[in-house]
Amino acid sequence: MTDPAVISALTAAYPDVVTSEFRGDVRAMVPRESLIAVMSRLRDEQGYDMLSDITCVDYLRYRDATDRFGLVYLLVNTTTAARLTVRTFVNEPDLDVPSVVPLWPGANWLEREVWDMFGIRFTDHPDLRRILLPEEFTAHPLRKDYPLQGRGERHNFPVIRRAEA
Amino acid sequence: MPLAPSTLTGTSADQAREDYVWTLNFGPQHPATHTTLRIVLKLDGERVLGALPDIGFLHSGFEKIGEHLDYNQYVTITDRMNYISPMANNVAWHHAVEKLMGVEITPRCKYVRTIVAELARISDHLLCVGAMGLDTGAFTYFLYAFYQREVLYNIFETLCGARFTNSYTRVGGAMHDITPLVVEMIRTFVKDFPKTLRDMERLLNRNRIFVDRTKGVGLLRREEAIAGSASGPIARASGVTRDLRKDEPYLSYADFDFAVPCMTTGDCYARYLVRMAEMWESLKIVEQAVENIPAGPINVGVGDRATLPQKEQVYQTIEGTISHFELVMSNRGMEVPSEEVYGAIEAPNGELGFYIVGDGSDVAYRARCRPPSFIHFALFPQMILGHTLSDVVAVLGSLNIIAAELDR
Repeated sequence: MTDPAVISALTAAYPDVVTSEFRGDVRAMVPRESLIAVMSRLRDEQGYDMLSDITCVDYLRYRDATDRFGLVYLLVNTTTAARLTVRTFVNEPDLDVPSVVPLWPGANWLEREVWDMFGIRFTDHPDLRRILLPEEFTAHPLRKDYPLQGRGERHNFPVIRRAEA
Repeated sequence: MPLAPSTLTGTSADQAREDYVWTLNFGPQHPATHTTLRIVLKLDGERVLGALPDIGFLHSGFEKIGEHLDYNQYVTITDRMNYISPMANNVAWHHAVEKLMGVEITPRCKYVRTIVAELARISDHLLCVGAMGLDTGAFTYFLYAFYQREVLYNIFETLCGARFTNSYTRVGGAMHDITPLVVEMIRTFVKDFPKTLRDMERLLNRNRIFVDRTKGVGLLRREEAIAGSASGPIARASGVTRDLRKDEPYLSYADFDFAVPCMTTGDCYARYLVRMAEMWESLKIVEQAVENIPAGPINVGVGDRATLPQKEQVYQTIEGTISHFELVMSNRGMEVPSEEVYGAIEAPNGELGFYIVGDGSDVAYRARCRPPSFIHFALFPQMILGHTLSDVVAVLGSLNIIAAELDR
């Protein structure tokens, strides 16, 4: 369970952080500008030493959504087993988010996957390449404006015959 | 996915200085990777100077499919993630879905899901340690492990009709109730399995070849494990005492007496021993659970309009027919809040969680899977550094990388 003192300390230090709770999950909405400051504070002072996951949600067709992309960082305190979800929102055309790899090396591949699937650019990421899809893929398929069946990329892949390989 | 050659070799000045360095393509079709993944190794003789994993060969867009299948249908896709313990994936998916919907499953269902999740853990660890033995030269050991997996498959087949892709759970319950025959089969397994497990321990735990190949290989220190988001047996072998079954007791784990085996050395041998010890603990859980399954229904009531009614009810009662019909209709189905939750269980491989965004319909708006294999494989390059080429298979085996879960 998340310690209420952690939340009150966080909102006292950063008045623009909005917190909410649903079925025991405590979420903190953090503006992109103070993301790194909040994250390092949570890691160094509140003991959230593990980053469990990073993911992204495209709210393009979500009812009453005001922002396009919502990034989700799931933090864990390995001593008390407390969890905290940190969220931040970005909108086109400015899709740059500071990378958290300097804080948690484990964020490396997770951020690469978000870049691959959503096209969110993580500034200062050491190696921001596509991870699951081919380098020559042009789209970001988990965006809501990308169709389930693709746009024919597979048919246009270069075919290498045995003799040419 | 495919790498530009420049990212591998560096500048030409570097090349001239390092002309003794050669590059080896490990995979994507290599018997020791067990599935399709590729590692580009930079070698000095046999010594690994750098490893560059290249994944995505098995990417099938599971998360995109999750935005188009409803909460009951998607369970078939979770089967295909970590296909050596599909039952645990089923339990994880519906654990998260029920958290989103606020459905409280029945005590009987909690026990049955605990039993199948623990049997899946045994089956996963058997394959992992068996394949690790196989890759380091112990073929007999692998056959011992595989024979017992066959017994587990028989139990799953009797329980749900499918050996491999079980798709056993449903929202608010399970596809089939547990039967006395299954209980009897599990009792027999609990009675017979310790003999094999002891045999396996005697075969490998002090085997000179195996110990030499795994001890001190692929070190992962405690701080690295935490910073690298490791979970499950891999984190516990490095001294991170984190197990969701104890930290956030879900299902009915709070009712059982079991220990969480941990080690501090963090090498391949430690990961092997943790997995072997976890099988004993899982067996203890199954033994306690199977003798204490609560009576009562396995599904939540039809009145809750959450779970599909049993087939007998659908075919023989008008309430069942109507309830089934309404639940499978897209505009009258389940009631899902427009909210987001993260639900995770301690899967055999580590923390397997789903981040689900509901939008009121019975199809998830976003179904993110936190795949333990993906996160553990990211740790691989630093673990293999400085070891030899033959250690690659030992480290891969100890991490239990399942490419279907890695790439989804």
